[in-house]
Amino acid sequence: MRINNKEILADTQDTKIIKLGIHAPYIAQKAQPGQFVVVMVKEEGERIPLTVVDTDKNEITLILEEAGLSTKLLGKLNKGDSLYALVGPLGHPADIKNYGKVILVGGGVGIAEIYPVAKGLKEKGNYIVIILGARTKDLLFLEKELKGISDELYITTDDGSYGRAGFTTDVLQELLKSGVYNLVYAVGPIPMMKKVSGITRDSGIKTVVSLNAIMLDGTGMCGSCRVTIGKEVRFTCVDGPEFDAHLVDWDELEKRNRIYDEKEKHICKLYGL
Amino acid sequence: MKEPVKIRELDSDERINNFNEVVLGYSEEEAFKEASRCLQCKNPACISGCPVGVDIKKFIYQITQKDYQAAYSTIREKNDFPSVCGRVCPAEYQCRMACVLSKKNLPFASREAINIHFLERFVADYGMKHCSSKQEAVNPVRSKAPGATAPPTAGTSNGVSHEFKDKKVAVVGSGPAGLCVAAELARQGIKVVVFESLHKPGGVLRYGIPPFRLSRNILDFEIDYLKKLGVKIVPNFIVGRVKMLDELFSEGYSAIFLGLGAGVPSFLKIKGENLCNVYSANEFLTRVNLMCAYKFPQFHTPVNTGKNIIVIGGGNTAMDAARVALRLQKINGITANVTILYRRSEVEMPARRPEIEHAKEEGVGFKFLVQPKELTGDKNGYVRKIRCLQCRLGEPDSSGRRRPIPIEGSDFEIECDLVIIAVGLKANKLLTSVTPDLKVDKYADLVVSPDTMETSIKGVYAGGDIVGGEGTVIEAMGMAKKASRAIIKYLCRD
Repeated sequence: MRINNKEILADTQDTKIIKLGIHAPYIAQKAQPGQFVVVMVKEEGERIPLTVVDTDKNEITLILEEAGLSTKLLGKLNKGDSLYALVGPLGHPADIKNYGKVILVGGGVGIAEIYPVAKGLKEKGNYIVIILGARTKDLLFLEKELKGISDELYITTDDGSYGRAGFTTDVLQELLKSGVYNLVYAVGPIPMMKKVSGITRDSGIKTVVSLNAIMLDGTGMCGSCRVTIGKEVRFTCVDGPEFDAHLVDWDELEKRNRIYDEKEKHICKLYGL
Repeated sequence: MKEPVKIRELDSDERINNFNEVVLGYSEEEAFKEASRCLQCKNPACISGCPVGVDIKKFIYQITQKDYQAAYSTIREKNDFPSVCGRVCPAEYQCRMACVLSKKNLPFASREAINIHFLERFVADYGMKHCSSKQEAVNPVRSKAPGATAPPTAGTSNGVSHEFKDKKVAVVGSGPAGLCVAAELARQGIKVVVFESLHKPGGVLRYGIPPFRLSRNILDFEIDYLKKLGVKIVPNFIVGRVKMLDELFSEGYSAIFLGLGAGVPSFLKIKGENLCNVYSANEFLTRVNLMCAYKFPQFHTPVNTGKNIIVIGGGNTAMDAARVALRLQKINGITANVTILYRRSEVEMPARRPEIEHAKEEGVGFKFLVQPKELTGDKNGYVRKIRCLQCRLGEPDSSGRRRPIPIEGSDFEIECDLVIIAVGLKANKLLTSVTPDLKVDKYADLVVSPDTMETSIKGVYAGGDIVGGEGTVIEAMGMAKKASRAIIKYLCRD
């Protein structure tokens, strides 16, 4: 649970993205692409889920964007500090196999989450197309790593400061018009995943998303992260986090993810963060 | 006949403002007086009413002799966590119901029955204060007690059996069953490692039962006691994820006990159940009890509250959730308004009678013979109303309780802004789904041999709620003790 290394991937006026290498041999040896861990910064802290971005023999890599109090406190930890709690790997691993041609869409901090899946799919011989989206150039990260494992890489920024001006979904739409793909895998803000899902629904391409519902224990005992998939209620932590994008009730997820917004604002203000 | 001695409790007006323990316990004088009511029956039925067979007659007699140390030994001989059981045991359905003083033909003990649980609690709390040195823990009182069943191998010196010195047992889950097995085995000198998936040990005693029913000092004391016995507790460790059962065996564990609990909340499967501010009782209680959301923002985990809170269910979990919800309202300066909806009538409620009384005293409202049909929300997705059907009672069902029958056309609505669903729990499949050799039944509970609690895998035992579904703390301990005896025998086989 000791932080072996820390790297600030992006630091703009309002957004900070941090990469942590954490000593966790048991988890490192078992974690597979698509799985996550639950982290507590301190005894009084929350339990927050974070995707395992990479593993080494004794170390796992986590990438987080400072958003609420817990991610901000996590971002304040330094090399040598220890987490209060770290448990995992949780959730189902991604279904890594040969699909053929795959498009992976990563938006914002979701870029981190597509990395392990893209790597796994590449190893299985898939043709990998990656679309990355960030608000601005300074918030883009893992570009080099993702370039190394992709056959095609597209970058979009909202403000046009790097790559193409616009959204990941613009590129996706164009690619689908001109080519045949077997799988779309998307991780990012809910509006992005929802839009991706809308685009691929018509063409009937299998589309997988990794959801970021609010979790507590992460092991299936609370139901905080329940989502509606088709007509079924599923727990993101144990039944997911990946689901068929075309079956997700996005509206419900978006609303449920906001239920602590006020409390989050309040506590951040209190702690001066 | 002498009147039962009333237990001292925090005043309800005062206690709803905090999470302090409600029941204060007997003084020495009160305990003596209550113990003196015991008839010391020739054939004490109370003992057979106890799932772990505590010699109730004997320890009550020892109280009347003011030999509390001996009374403590008597209880500890059979019960590893008397201070916990003295607080959370549903005694009115068990030992007290069997008490000869209780009126018969009632679904639970009448008030005349000896307050066995309060006496147990008095003795346990005495023991905690006076008999808790490290030496006591290592030299178990059990080995000194005459008549105690000797373990199959008796070669002990310094209280530690040499036969087991190379044996190591893994316990998965640190709830009542797991902790009990750990204590039983450690006492025989067996190395025990308890793996817990959460960051703190205790299982349902920690995340489920609120501090006002089981003070965290008590729980921590009992867990410390285990550590003094040499038990190692590893939190944040999920067996079935970081280690599989066969890996534990190959790492030198001779046997494994699975006390996985019934961890997954059931929902009603009605419309609107995923609206915002609809919680499972498990989530609501875990936020408050384990994560201390009632101390937000000092603790960082939030929990929402509401002006009109509805709790659905009639078990202990529903009572706990309602009383927690009411306290959260008070703490947040909201007028208390919590209503429990239950589809049968009060007498069929599975909750402990004192907890129903406590809830009533604190101002929790009850609506009986009500079945929820649908939840409706506002445009932001927050729950606003619950639509229900009135029920009547029909013939008894398989549980022996009269079945609720919804009355067509009796629909009515209640306004609400927070709903807690407490309608039971099912097995967590985290481990069983990755261990195909573990035989499960249609509820995904583990199938065990009833005599030994051994699962379909040799050397793997199980007990608690993962066997046969939801039960009580003491029932879990009963199974754990049976499993412990079988594990000891298993370790002796070679």
